[in-house]
Amino acid sequence: MLSLNNVEVIYNDVILVLKGMSMEVPQGKIVGLLGSNGAGKSTTLKAISGLLKPENGEVTDGNIQFDGQEIHNRDAADIVRLGIMQVMEGRRVFEHLTVEENLAAGGYTRRDSSNLGRDVEMVYDYFPRLKERRRQTAGYLSGGEQQMLAIGRALMARPKLMMLDEPSLGLAPLLVREIFNIIKRINQEQGATILLVEQNANLTLSVADYAYIMENGRIVLDGYPEDLRQNADVREFYLGLTEVGQRKSYRDVKHYKRRKRWLS
Amino acid sequence: MELFIQLTLTGLTNGAILSLAALGFVLIYKSSDVINFAQGEFLLVGAYITYALIVQFGLAWPLGMALTLAAAVGVGVLVERFVLRPMIGEPIISVIMVTIGLSSLLRAIVSTIWGTLPRSFPAFIPSQPVRILGATVGADRLWAIAIAVIMLGLFTVFFRRSREGIAMRAVADDQQAALSMGISVKKIFAWAWSIAAATAAIAGALVANIVGVSGELSGFGLHVFPVVILGGLDSIPGAIIGGVIIGLLQTYTGGYIGQGLNQVIPFVVLILILMIRPYGLFGQEIIERV
Ligand SMILES: Nc1ncnc2c1ncn2[C@@H]1O[C@H](COP(=O)(O)OP(=O)(O)OP(=O)(O)O)[C@@H](O)[C@H]1O
Ligand SMILES: [Mg+2]
Repeated sequence: MLSLNNVEVIYNDVILVLKGMSMEVPQGKIVGLLGSNGAGKSTTLKAISGLLKPENGEVTDGNIQFDGQEIHNRDAADIVRLGIMQVMEGRRVFEHLTVEENLAAGGYTRRDSSNLGRDVEMVYDYFPRLKERRRQTAGYLSGGEQQMLAIGRALMARPKLMMLDEPSLGLAPLLVREIFNIIKRINQEQGATILLVEQNANLTLSVADYAYIMENGRIVLDGYPEDLRQNADVREFYLGLTEVGQRKSYRDVKHYKRRKRWLS
Repeated sequence: MELFIQLTLTGLTNGAILSLAALGFVLIYKSSDVINFAQGEFLLVGAYITYALIVQFGLAWPLGMALTLAAAVGVGVLVERFVLRPMIGEPIISVIMVTIGLSSLLRAIVSTIWGTLPRSFPAFIPSQPVRILGATVGADRLWAIAIAVIMLGLFTVFFRRSREGIAMRAVADDQQAALSMGISVKKIFAWAWSIAAATAAIAGALVANIVGVSGELSGFGLHVFPVVILGGLDSIPGAIIGGVIIGLLQTYTGGYIGQGLNQVIPFVVLILILMIRPYGLFGQEIIERV
């Protein structure tokens, strides 16, 4: 369904971030993309969803194909219309809009506006907590509720491919598990293909059908979850298990303040 | 008492018109962070186009107003496309300087076409005196209030309910997230400038109908600054309430204290507000929870 072939991405004409990135996301599956901070995971998603341009980034080599069409360097709006929706890192809900208005914004590209009401109910079905807060301003929701809203909002576009950028970021473990279960249900019940970017390797390997590990702008390892779990490097660096069984932990959060450049 | 009612009605008229003019200003600021110093000139251009269509070409006033609206939308789209879009990515201060340039340009165009002498605008809205609670006001003022209230009501519904209205507010909140929903930010900016030009044009036509057309109108337009500073640069309800407060304050000052002072009072308010509440009465505070 989606394939990246040797994709190279450059920011500001000089900063080479993706250095020949290749991966496949087959129809109907959940594919995990793991990697440490700065590996280029978010950049990969932005290259797919057309969000590089506003950050002055560009796919300079290789290609990205979705359902047989080349989509690299196309407008974000076109790509959404093709059926790809990205849930951006850090939730990014519209803070001054209500829950309901956020969902309406997610359905912006839908042509069948008569079905929107039904789909709002579908979202509330997955996230009953959002229904209770439907008229509340999104900025005052808790972090977990905002993440639910971000996923629900993307669901409103009825995407064929949903890309989630670190949905576990900053959430309590129990809530993370709940959200991952819902992602799994969305995949099974809505038939949405899912590309899941994460730092939480353990959970990702528990829901994904296949996973890639990237470092420094390219894929270094890929395989089925059960095979990856056996890999010594994965055990040490991603699952935080050393051979003696100690746990390591690393969790950093970072954000850029970006210049608004998305129109040029 | 009579004087009070008289002043109140006059103040409400001015206030409603100011609110309309301020609405567009707020929209542009909200969606793109640009402070539009040409908002007063939009009012001026709107007034002259209405004048040309209704007085010079003799069209019926509903038709004249409808065409004015269409022309204003056109002006908004052109300004966004050819003046603002090339400035994207430039520091916001340069963009603001460009709007100052735009204001001079629009004023120059108007005075080239219509000259600088004030012209009377044969009232196209019925203006026979109406008695309310003992006071007498022109019907045109009541019409102006009614038209402004209807327009503001329509826009409120537009922002709350319509797909494009919600998209505009989404862009105002987080442009990149809006982009990721497939919302075209360029299109939204064009909408904002068009609505700003259109509401200012209506405001301009309403004032012109009452006081005639002249370059002075952009001076009336200048009052959008105290209005939006008072209401909050990014608040639509703030623009409405700020407009009414400034309008009333002006006529009360003029009626009870003295003419002349009423021209100064809005700017006194502006300075006071900047000192005590710089984000205005209703300005959005940054929501702090990430
Ligand atoms: N707009 C930009 N301009 C310049 N460099 C950028 C930009 N965005 C990202 N980078 C750089 O590209 C590299 C990869 O960033 P990216 O955000 O894709 O990493 P990531 O894998 O998502 O990391 P994290 O897990 O921390 O989110 C980093 O070195 C980062 O500094
Ligand atoms: Mg990232």
